[in-house]
Amino acid sequence: MPKVKVPRKSTAIDMTAMCDVAFLLLTFFILTATARQPEPLPVDTPSSTVKIKLPQTNMATLTVGDGKIFFGVAGQPVRVRLLERMSDRFKIKFTPEETKRFSLMESFGVPIANLKQVIAMSGDERNKAGVQKGIPTDSTDNQLKEWILQARYATKEINNEEMRISIKGDAKEEYPTVKNIIDILQEQNINKFSLITSLEGAE
Amino acid sequence: MAELDTSSGGGKKGGGKVRSKKQSTRVDLTAMVDLAFLLITFFMLTTTLAKPQAMDLAMPDKDEENKEAKLDIADNRTMTILLGNKNRIEWYIGLVDKPLTAPTVTNFGKEGIRKSLIDKNKEVLKMTGNPKKGLIVLIKPSDKSNYRNLVDILDEMKITNVQTYAIVDISDPEKELLKRDGIY
Repeated sequence: MPKVKVPRKSTAIDMTAMCDVAFLLLTFFILTATARQPEPLPVDTPSSTVKIKLPQTNMATLTVGDGKIFFGVAGQPVRVRLLERMSDRFKIKFTPEETKRFSLMESFGVPIANLKQVIAMSGDERNKAGVQKGIPTDSTDNQLKEWILQARYATKEINNEEMRISIKGDAKEEYPTVKNIIDILQEQNINKFSLITSLEGAE
Repeated sequence: MAELDTSSGGGKKGGGKVRSKKQSTRVDLTAMVDLAFLLITFFMLTTTLAKPQAMDLAMPDKDEENKEAKLDIADNRTMTILLGNKNRIEWYIGLVDKPLTAPTVTNFGKEGIRKSLIDKNKEVLKMTGNPKKGLIVLIKPSDKSNYRNLVDILDEMKITNVQTYAIVDISDPEKELLKRDGIY
């Protein structure tokens, strides 16, 4: 009898299944990842060691930089309701088309009289530096206060939850501007809010 | 290991004897899997790490109606931190007109305010003998300080584990103090 030749087995493994799984996961992560929206007011947030993540819902963000204040609220239905309330309050009518465009805006920083023009702009124009001048906060015409108040009502109506407020300030922003915002919030008895910071590298 | 068999099929050599020839359609997927996992890692990390961090801040309640109803606290437990310009700070213990520890100008960082905070907190804890009665820190940012200073000092509170702290408006004698020491 001749020797039975045992065929040498290849060490290559079948990677088809692994490849399938990998691409399935990849597809999942790509689809769930939200594309970063360009911000009309880019700020450099100070770093800190806190590791608490910011919640994404029922949240309003006040962006402070260059002495200007921008306002943004999370969730499209809330934004629609907010604009309705604001148009009632300031007697400015918005068309359904404008409301829809507004609901897609992450944040804005113009007096309400100029809001229509900003809504009509394309995303690129809107985010150019200097186009949006910030929301007025003077004592005679405190629109920021109104926006915050109406956004709280709108969040409560839509989601039946309290709106949280976070302040996203530029590291070099002078303290009086920040204090001004804190005072506006405290007038409405909001004593708890969050400061947005970026992660600090290990020291 | 990695191999790419590109030999053109078994053809018509007949018989089922030559098994290995059937693998000819196989492509090596190692590189593809590598790439896929690299991308997965990238997307996982960017989606979770890009979320901003939030530092919770509770301000003392502004009770406009009964201003008299204020809580008295022991002055030997109170440390006041004044935020001046150019990232400098000044601290003292007690009241501004008769401080128990003379006002000291220092800076942010490990050797600056953090050291003083840790030392003083230990001293106060020893003095009161009650772990709940630690140092009370009043943070008073001046108009010349910036937002980074505020976040930094709040961060120091977290690092040094000071439980009681508040952000308070700066008073005129304290502004004078900052001016005297040239950091206003």
